[in-house]
Amino acid sequence: MLKTIGVENIDALFADIRPEHSPKSFDLPAGLSEFEVVRRVTALSLKNNVHVTPFIGGGFYDHYIPTVVPSLTSRGEFYTAYTPYQPECSQGTLQALFEYQSSICALTGMEVSNASLYDGGTALYEAMMMAIRITGRHKVIMDGGVSPIYRKILKTYTHHLSYRFDETPVVHGQSSREEIYRLLDKETAVIILQNPNFFGSIDDFTDIIQKAHEVGALAIVSVYPISLGLLKTPADMGADIVTGEGQSLGLPLNFGGPYLGFMTARKKYIRKMPGRIVGETVDFKGQRCFVNTLQAREQHIRREKATSNICTNVSLCALQAAIFMAVVGKSGLKEMAQLNLDKAEYAKQVLSRIKGIEVKRSAPTFNEFTLHLPKDASQVVAAMMKKGFAAGFPLGRYYPGMERYLLVAVTEKRTKEEIDRYAVALQEEL
Amino acid sequence: MELIFEKSVAGRKGFDFGGSDVPTHAHIPPHYARWEDAPLPQVSELDVVRHYTRLSQKNFSIDTHFYPLGSCTMKYNPKFTESLARLSGFTDLHPLLAQLSGGEQWTQGALQILYELEQWMCEMTGFSHFTLQPLAGAHGELTGIMLMAAYHKARGNSKKKYVIIPDSAHGTNPASAAVAGYETISVPSNKDGGMDLEALKAVVNEETAGLMMTVPSTFGVFEANISAIAKIIHAVDGIMYYDGANLNAVLGRCRPGDVGFDVMHINTHKTFTTPHGGGGPGSGPVGVNEKLARFLPISRVVKRSDGVYVLDYNYPESIGYIASFYGNFGLLVRAYAYMLMLGKEGLIDTSNHAVLNANYIMKKLEPYYKICFDRICMHESVFSASQQAQRGVHAIDIAKFLIDQQIHPPTVYFPISVPEAIMIEPTETESMQTMDDFISKMIEADKLSRTDPAAFKEFPKTMPVFRPDEVKAARDIKTSFFSTDL
Repeated sequence: MLKTIGVENIDALFADIRPEHSPKSFDLPAGLSEFEVVRRVTALSLKNNVHVTPFIGGGFYDHYIPTVVPSLTSRGEFYTAYTPYQPECSQGTLQALFEYQSSICALTGMEVSNASLYDGGTALYEAMMMAIRITGRHKVIMDGGVSPIYRKILKTYTHHLSYRFDETPVVHGQSSREEIYRLLDKETAVIILQNPNFFGSIDDFTDIIQKAHEVGALAIVSVYPISLGLLKTPADMGADIVTGEGQSLGLPLNFGGPYLGFMTARKKYIRKMPGRIVGETVDFKGQRCFVNTLQAREQHIRREKATSNICTNVSLCALQAAIFMAVVGKSGLKEMAQLNLDKAEYAKQVLSRIKGIEVKRSAPTFNEFTLHLPKDASQVVAAMMKKGFAAGFPLGRYYPGMERYLLVAVTEKRTKEEIDRYAVALQEEL
Repeated sequence: MELIFEKSVAGRKGFDFGGSDVPTHAHIPPHYARWEDAPLPQVSELDVVRHYTRLSQKNFSIDTHFYPLGSCTMKYNPKFTESLARLSGFTDLHPLLAQLSGGEQWTQGALQILYELEQWMCEMTGFSHFTLQPLAGAHGELTGIMLMAAYHKARGNSKKKYVIIPDSAHGTNPASAAVAGYETISVPSNKDGGMDLEALKAVVNEETAGLMMTVPSTFGVFEANISAIAKIIHAVDGIMYYDGANLNAVLGRCRPGDVGFDVMHINTHKTFTTPHGGGGPGSGPVGVNEKLARFLPISRVVKRSDGVYVLDYNYPESIGYIASFYGNFGLLVRAYAYMLMLGKEGLIDTSNHAVLNANYIMKKLEPYYKICFDRICMHESVFSASQQAQRGVHAIDIAKFLIDQQIHPPTVYFPISVPEAIMIEPTETESMQTMDDFISKMIEADKLSRTDPAAFKEFPKTMPVFRPDEVKAARDIKTSFFSTDL
């Protein structure tokens, strides 16, 4: 090959890199055999303790993933394919993404979905920017029930831009109508809400969204997809843009990623949406097929004028969610949600019998709820760890003054026996 | 092929959750409850397996096809990294576990991987710190530009307004700069594919926030004047941003941190062969020198003096949270395992073979296709199908011809400054036989463009679909099974 190219040696191919540009150091470990790598990385995986029984959620949940889901997504034809820019040889990915978009619309009741974004937090940021573009206004009202992690993300991306942020408090577990209505005015671009909220409370935002629309503002609702097996859809509440974290739709917890940000909207806003969108069309023989569409919104065409800088979506995660939603299906999603609700309600009953624990009941909840403990929740969590429980998320970490509050999640995977043992262990720690 | 929704049979189920073992049966109060069940598919597990297996067979992929897609680095994704990333000690780990008091002891393996990967990336690139948090290359770019903005703010550089970007850049560069609140200025390339220094000097002034450069450029050319460019930008306290999209060409040959860059991102799917997944998930770690380190996003992974790895949030000048957690961990595990196997020599070999293969193809195709720059290329080469276009055969037609030859087409119409561009990147993992086969098909396409140019309008003939109507897709928008007319 060198002869064909007409050079003496490999180094000649790098002649453009002058000696003064050579590395000052390149002190990396020597390579290992596959066997040695497998041994070392497997040993590292065992240093993590995944055998604690999780009662922790906070927007990221331990749900059962049917075996068929990863079995199909681990097909090389899916995971080693590129972005479907050449539709003739990418119909598999394109149709699967179209089905994903359809299922997300079915779940949320919304009219259009994109082909996914990085994660729930960045999807919420993109939705906020979309609302600002649509309304041309710069004031954002953020409900205090929105995940504090997401609120921090939104602030990072916008603190250097001239947007005004107002956060409204949560009162008795739910959004404060009084405070929101006081702030809503003709400068408001968007109100951002979450259901269930970070404390686990469920709400119906129809009244808030109606008031927002009266002043020409939009409403974004961030949702937990499994809860939509039972809860009123954000579309029925009147939401304009709906986002969420899709991890619970068949993706493992994976220490934080890769996850799945989904985004849906009213159809009239589709041209303002960020990210890839797959559309149906026909080929020149008249057969139905699928393509990336409305690409004139995107960075590879519009460069600095694009609706977002996003290039990739999370195709493989979207595929995984699409397969999950297909295999669980119409009745399965409802059953799954009902199991989550029943087990959480059972846990509430058992825990409320423990002296010193107050289960917050000011608003109904889905599979996550807040406990008030007689002592610092993070100390209790540390002690519970030693007993093999991830006991929940201490709210004081994000809400100063709430050091004695613990956020507890109970999914369909928790057995009655685990819940009972958890209650006994918790009682001992108080 | 039917949609999964069209295979639905009322009442059919693919999964049984079993009964409940708790005595409680609760109800959502009617006011908060869903009105109608979500109209998801009603299919059996076998229906699902057949449907998605058949769909997978409609894809080209690296596991099945050669993919000389310029600028995308479609190299083989080794199977062992895939199986390691699926170990339950990683997949079942809740990210919030690490943030609980006492939680670090439950997550030491994961934190050690993040810590060591950061250290290796620093050594590989010449930077002092890395964050693994960005969730894709473009997310890394945005993070890098926000670090640039934080730097200027801390320095009181209130006039900074523009980010300079060469015309050969990926579209994400100007888009990322714009999202972070900067205006962009494009500078042209010279006839050798390098940056036009005079044009650069003409636009640099005290309003210059920084420069974003891809090295080697998307023309496959290493910028020889890199030190001079860094000097020009640093003279106005601008920040040098290295787009690591093509880092895989120069491993062990040049470190961005040594030659004047202040910040960079790595696309792990390119350099570290994490799978593309049909368009993500990605991962875009960002490296910085000491100038920018204090602004890095939180959390950061640190090793305590007692050897315990912990998350540290105490950086008052940090730009804050850019994502929920610590990056796309599943991909970082794959990158870690791949780097462990390659080691120092393996990394250098990677670039050697990537560049060797690219030059081999360039030399072999040079008699048939117009090359843009008559010089040794790096990991990819850019041709123009302008001669073929005069015969009525455009780059897109050659792409469709290749699909019928069971080869994924090269990148076409990028870089945008090259008319009828065909950009070829074979990567280091392809054999000479595979490349020779591709070369012979490219030569065949050129010959056919002379003898029967009209034939190209019929390609591809062997695929399930033939040239989708993209105009109709954008006009009669249908993006869901449930949508009627939009």
